[in-house]
Amino acid sequence: MALLEVNNLGVSFVTRNGTNRAVDDVSFTVESGQITAIIGESGSGKSVACYSLLGLIPKPPGRIDGGQALFGGRDLLQLPEAELRKVRGRDIAMVFQDPMTCLNPYMTVGKQLMEPLRYHQKTPAAQARRRALELLQEVGIRDPESTIDNYPHQFSGGMRQRVMIAMALINEPQLLIADEPTTALDVTIQAQILQLIAGLQRKRDIGVIFISHDLAVVADIADQIVVMQEGKIVESGDRAGIFQHARHPYTQKLLAAIPADSKASATLSPEPLIQVRHLATWFGQGRKQEPVKAVNDVSFDIRRGEVLGVVGESGSGKSTIGRSLLRLVPVTSGQVLFDDTDVTQLKGRALKDMRRRMQIIFQDPFASLNPRMTVYDTLAEPLLLHGIENRSSVARGVLKLMDDVGLARNFVRKYPHEFSGGQRQRIAIGRALATHPEFVVADEPVSALDVTIQAQILDLMLALGREYGLTMLFISHDLAVVRHIADRILVLYQGEIVEQGSGQDLFENPQQTYTRELLQSIPGRSLLQ
Amino acid sequence: MSDASITDIAQAEQGTSLWHDAWLRLRRNRLALFGLGVLVLFITIALITPWIAPYGYAEQNLDLGASGPSAAHWLGTDIFGRDLLTQIMYGGRVSLAVGFIATAVALLIGVTWGAVAGYAGGRVDAVMMRLVDILYALPFMIFIVLLMVVFGRNLLLLFLAIGAVEWLTMARIMRSQVQTLRQQEFVEAAVSLGLSPTTIIRRHVIPNALGPIIVYTTLTIPSVMLLEAFLSFLGLGIQPPQTSWGLLISYGAETMEEYPWLLLFPGLALTLTLFSLNFLGDGLRDALDVRGSRD
Repeated sequence: MALLEVNNLGVSFVTRNGTNRAVDDVSFTVESGQITAIIGESGSGKSVACYSLLGLIPKPPGRIDGGQALFGGRDLLQLPEAELRKVRGRDIAMVFQDPMTCLNPYMTVGKQLMEPLRYHQKTPAAQARRRALELLQEVGIRDPESTIDNYPHQFSGGMRQRVMIAMALINEPQLLIADEPTTALDVTIQAQILQLIAGLQRKRDIGVIFISHDLAVVADIADQIVVMQEGKIVESGDRAGIFQHARHPYTQKLLAAIPADSKASATLSPEPLIQVRHLATWFGQGRKQEPVKAVNDVSFDIRRGEVLGVVGESGSGKSTIGRSLLRLVPVTSGQVLFDDTDVTQLKGRALKDMRRRMQIIFQDPFASLNPRMTVYDTLAEPLLLHGIENRSSVARGVLKLMDDVGLARNFVRKYPHEFSGGQRQRIAIGRALATHPEFVVADEPVSALDVTIQAQILDLMLALGREYGLTMLFISHDLAVVRHIADRILVLYQGEIVEQGSGQDLFENPQQTYTRELLQSIPGRSLLQ
Repeated sequence: MSDASITDIAQAEQGTSLWHDAWLRLRRNRLALFGLGVLVLFITIALITPWIAPYGYAEQNLDLGASGPSAAHWLGTDIFGRDLLTQIMYGGRVSLAVGFIATAVALLIGVTWGAVAGYAGGRVDAVMMRLVDILYALPFMIFIVLLMVVFGRNLLLLFLAIGAVEWLTMARIMRSQVQTLRQQEFVEAAVSLGLSPTTIIRRHVIPNALGPIIVYTTLTIPSVMLLEAFLSFLGLGIQPPQTSWGLLISYGAETMEEYPWLLLFPGLALTLTLFSLNFLGDGLRDALDVRGSRD
C-alpha cells in the first residue's frame, strides 16, 4: 500500500474577484522509501496541494473542493484539527525554503530542536537533548556538542537548512515534505543538502515529497516526478520516463529551458572597453574593526561587445564588483578605465554623463522598480534626464522601449505590482537600455524567475545585446546560465579571481579545485551530457 | 518608431501621475469624501465667521445667564449669556488654524529634515539627529514659556512654537522610513541612472514613505488642538474673550452637571473634525497605495 495516496484533490481560493481553482483534480502517490518530486512554476498549485493536506492553507479564502488523501488508512482531509495537529510534525514533517525565517532568532537551535519532542512525546529534557545531539550529528553538523546552544544567526544558510531537516526528522516521521529546500542556498551547498536528503531518505526508508520549480534540481534524486501547471497535473511518471520520453509540451518546455549549450564564441574586437586594475572594495573600515574585503586586488578586461560572466557563491564579491564598476559603492583603491577614462575619479557632470553610458539590471524585479511609479514614469525618467527625448517626444520613446523588450503597449499606465516577475524584469531591462548605454551590469537577472521565464529573459538579453551593441558583465551563481550566455567567465572566490577563461575551456578543463567543485555542484549534471 | 499610433501615444501621455491616480481612488471612497467635505465646510465657516456669526464674540447678555438651546440661541448660551454657536464658530477659527498650520509647519520641517538625514547617512545624519535629540530633551513647557517671554504672547508664535516641537517625531519617522528605502534596489537604480540626490528623494523616496507620515499627520492635528487648549488653560495661549474649542470644552467640563450643552456642542464640533480627519487620512493612505484597485 502506498504511504500517501492523494485522489482527485481540488482546492479553491474564493476572493472578491471570483473563485480561483488553485488545485484541480490532482492525484498522486508517495511510496515509502521513494522521493516524489512535484515540479511547477510559481502559481502552479504545487505548494498549495501539499499544504492543504496538512490543513495549512488559510480557510477562508481557501476551500477544499473534494478528493481524499489517504495516509495510514485515514483521510487527512476529513480529520478534525486536533487530530491533524498530531499528524503534523509527528507523522508528516516539513522543511521550508528559507531556513532563516523558519527559525526563531531568539531561541537556541537546541531548544527549538527539542520542542517537538517535548510537545509530541513528552520526552524528559535530558533524553531530548541527547536525541537532538544525535540528529545534528546525522544531518552533518560538525561538533554538535558545542553548537547546540548557539542561536540561528551563528549558523550559515546551509547549516540552518540542516538544522531544519534535523528538526523535521526528530519525531521520526514517515513522510517528509520539502518545499524548495535548496532554492535559497548556494550551488555547492545545494548539492550537499540534496545529497543529505536523498541519503536520509534511503537510510530511514521514509517517503519524501520534494517541491521545486527546477526540474534540474530533482533530476539526480527523484524516483517519481509529477509536473503541475495551472493547478493540474500535466504529466507524471518515473524519472527515466519523464526525462527521456516527456510527452506533454509543457514538460518538454521545462526540459528545454535547462540551459545546456555553451555559447558559440563570437568574433570580438580585441580592443577592451573596460580595464579593471587592482580593484579593491572594502567595507566597514572603522578605526577598530577589520574591514570586510569584499573585493581584493582584482584585475581584468572586458572587450567591446563581450559578455563576461562572473560566477561565485554568495559572499564571493561578485555583486560588489559590478557595483564598484558603476560607482554604486565607494571603491577603496584601484582603477576602472572605461574607454581610457578612470571612472573612480569622476565627479559631478562628468560622472552623470558616464552614468548614461553604463547601466545595471538587478536580480529582484520586485525591489528594483519603484512601486509607486507606472511603467511610463519609470521609462520616461531616464529618457528625459539625459535629454534623449524631450517632453513632446518622450511618449514615443517609452513605447519604443516597451516594444523592444516585448511588453504590450496597453500596459503603459500600470504599476509594477500588476505584472508578473518576468514582465517586471522586462521593465527593468527597458529602463537600463533607455539611456543607450554601452555597458550593462546584469546582477543575477534571472535568478528570481521561473525556469521557462528565465530562458525567455536570457534570449531577450542576448538579442537586445546584439541590437544595442552592448558589452555586458553577467553576474550569476548559476553556472549553467552563465555558460549559456557568456563569452568568457571569471570564477570568483572570497573577493579574488580564481580562474578565468572561455566557457568551454572552463567546463571541460577546469584548472582549480574550487572551479571543479563548483562544476560538480551543478544540479542535473546528468542532463547536460 | 513611425508605427506608434496616435492613440497609443495619447494613452501613454494622459494622467500618469501618482497624485492623479490617488485622486481617482480617493473619489470612490465615500467615507473619505465625507471627511473631506466636513473639513472643507468647517474651514469655510471659520474663514467667513466674522460676517456670518449671529452675535459678536464678546457680546454678553448677563440677564439671560446660562440657557439651553432656543430660537434666539440655537445652541444655548454660557453663564455670561454669550451665544454658544458664535463661540464655537470663533473657537473653530483658532483651533483649526492651530491644528492645520502647526501641523503643516511640523510636516514641512520634519519630512525634509528626516529625509535628508536618512538619505545622507553617516556624519550628516549623526549631527542632524543629535540636534533632534537635544530638542527632544528640552522640556516642552519651558521651551514655550521662554518663547512667550522673549517674543510676547502672539497667536502666530503659538503656531510656530507647537510646530517646532511636533516636527521632531515626524523627522524620526521619516528618517527610519528613508533608511529602509535607500537600500532598496530601485533607489540604487535611480543613482545609476544619474539622478541627483534631491530628485531621488523627491521622486523615489518620499512618495514611498508617505503612508506612515499621513497616518501620523492625522494623529498630530488633533493632538495639536488639545495642546493649544492646554496652553491656553495655563494662560500661555489665547485669552478670553477670545476662545477656542479646547477652551470651550475645558470650561464646559467644569459645569457639565448643570449645563451639559456647554460641553456637548463644542465636544461634538471637535469630535466631528477628528472623525473626518481619520476618514480622510485612511482614505489618503489607501489612495496612495497603488496596490489598491484603480478603476
